[in-house]
Amino acid sequence: MTGAMHPVACCARNIRASLGNVQVLNDISIDFPRARWTSIVGPNGAGKSTLLKVLAGLIPFEGASELLGQPMQSLPAKQRAQELSWLGQNEASADDLTAYDVTMLGRLPHQPWLAPASHADHAAVEKALRSTQAWDWRGRALGQLSGGERQRVLLARALAVEAEVLLMDEPLANLDPPHQTDWLLLARALVSSGKTVITVLHEISFALQADEVVVISAGRVIHQGPCGDAASHRAIGAVFDQRIAIHQLANQWVALPNI
Amino acid sequence: MNSVASGKAGLLAALLLAMSCGLLLMGVTVGSTGFESVSNMQRDPQAMLIVWDIRLPRTLGAWLAGALLGLAGAVAQGLFRNPLADPYLLGSASGASLGVALAMALFGVSPLATQWVAKLGLTGVAFIGAVAAVLLTLALAKGVQHTLRLLLAGVVVGVVLGAVTSLILLLTPEIMQAMQAFMLGTTAFVGWAACAVMAVAFVASLIAAWLMSHVLDGLALGESTAQSLGLQLPLMRAALVAVIALATGTAVAQTGLIAFVGLAAPHLVRSVVKTTHGRLIVLSSLTGAVLLVAADILARWLMAPQELPVGVLTAVLGGGYLLWLMHRHTGRGPGL
Repeated sequence: MTGAMHPVACCARNIRASLGNVQVLNDISIDFPRARWTSIVGPNGAGKSTLLKVLAGLIPFEGASELLGQPMQSLPAKQRAQELSWLGQNEASADDLTAYDVTMLGRLPHQPWLAPASHADHAAVEKALRSTQAWDWRGRALGQLSGGERQRVLLARALAVEAEVLLMDEPLANLDPPHQTDWLLLARALVSSGKTVITVLHEISFALQADEVVVISAGRVIHQGPCGDAASHRAIGAVFDQRIAIHQLANQWVALPNI
Repeated sequence: MNSVASGKAGLLAALLLAMSCGLLLMGVTVGSTGFESVSNMQRDPQAMLIVWDIRLPRTLGAWLAGALLGLAGAVAQGLFRNPLADPYLLGSASGASLGVALAMALFGVSPLATQWVAKLGLTGVAFIGAVAAVLLTLALAKGVQHTLRLLLAGVVVGVVLGAVTSLILLLTPEIMQAMQAFMLGTTAFVGWAACAVMAVAFVASLIAAWLMSHVLDGLALGESTAQSLGLQLPLMRAALVAVIALATGTAVAQTGLIAFVGLAAPHLVRSVVKTTHGRLIVLSSLTGAVLLVAADILARWLMAPQELPVGVLTAVLGGGYLLWLMHRHTGRGPGL
């Protein structure tokens, strides 16, 4: 954490949110530290994705939320889009756009209305596509890519925003093991360059690679703490009804089924 | 945009423009009096009249109506993120039909003497009907923010207004034939005034759609992602619906219900080049224009001096094309 920066990337106070008529988030208050990678974990339907959407300002909610010390409600859309990058789950259907064009959409928040892409935009797109090993098929349409290849393009799109805060919902979806490892290294590199990463991951072993873990159940925060803490592991075991156990292996934490 | 796709898009645009010029020239020479009218133009005032006041405006009118439909189709498919979306899906076609049927039933099918006056009236009624139907769809969908609700409301409006039109036809069988001509679409009555109206509507819709094309690109990534990119979705969606309504309403009012051009034009472009919506909108307009002019010339020439309704040709050609597109990629989902 560098001195002058606001130490909190995202802050939520007394958040209530509903999907349809069902209240999904019940009075959530939480701070996400800056320049850290925080994993949100919890059972299905706990409200993980909804919390991520609230933090990104994508759905209406009650309560207060701040991005880099500024209230979300008063933040201009353009500024928010520059500071915060969002990667959703099962969203894209941009089958007819090329990988390059899709990634370039990540530069929209930085481009004046209708201005052609600048050198900086092209450089950012190339860097993003190379960092997810998607550069080689930049000219192919998304509809012609496999699920994993497509996910790497969407990841590059989120990286191309070059935002301070990255919110990612299941970023590892469809990725094969080598690219899952690449993604881990990428997340760590982002954090060490001062960016904040907040993820929702259903794979607990990957979630525990983060700096901090937030455990959510039934729309409430159960626990927040470092991934290596025994208390965090107990909280995770508890929300999953002790059906998984967390072990240390080769200096990493792994979650295994409790059988 | 990488340079290969960019070059391909440019090439396609050039090709379509060249085809447009060629077809416009051809359109002037085809008709019941044949090429003689063109060669006799200098000497014969009647030939001059045929070429200048009948063939040229109707050919240009077909180009403009096709361009309006191609543009509306590209915008509709982008906005609804649905490859089956066509310009008429907000109910404009059935609204225009109902308007025309009502006008004909109330005022009667006009005798030849007052044809031009009546024609002007019917155009206005068709436009009002188209716009009213879109507004009805918006009201039923409670705004433009839920695209699926908008699609369903459009279907409901289409079916209900279609039923009312059928009822009017049943009660006043004497308008049946005139109504049939409208429903099949024809460019036979397009004059210079209609060309001017369509040209203004086309330029306005093209500029508006092009200004909002990156919103359509963003929407292709999903609503949440589009919103996270700072795009003002509620405002833009309303404006894009207005563009679809203006472009479709104008084309329908002047040329009746021309099938498949708006649906097929964007697909035709995408099968050649994968590009962002800014280019897609322009290319789709040009493709729609070329398609309709070609179909119009074919309709005039196939059984000359008799003339087929151009809507019949576009339906047959467009339907055949879509079928071919469907079977071309059987391995992967073709997005259809």
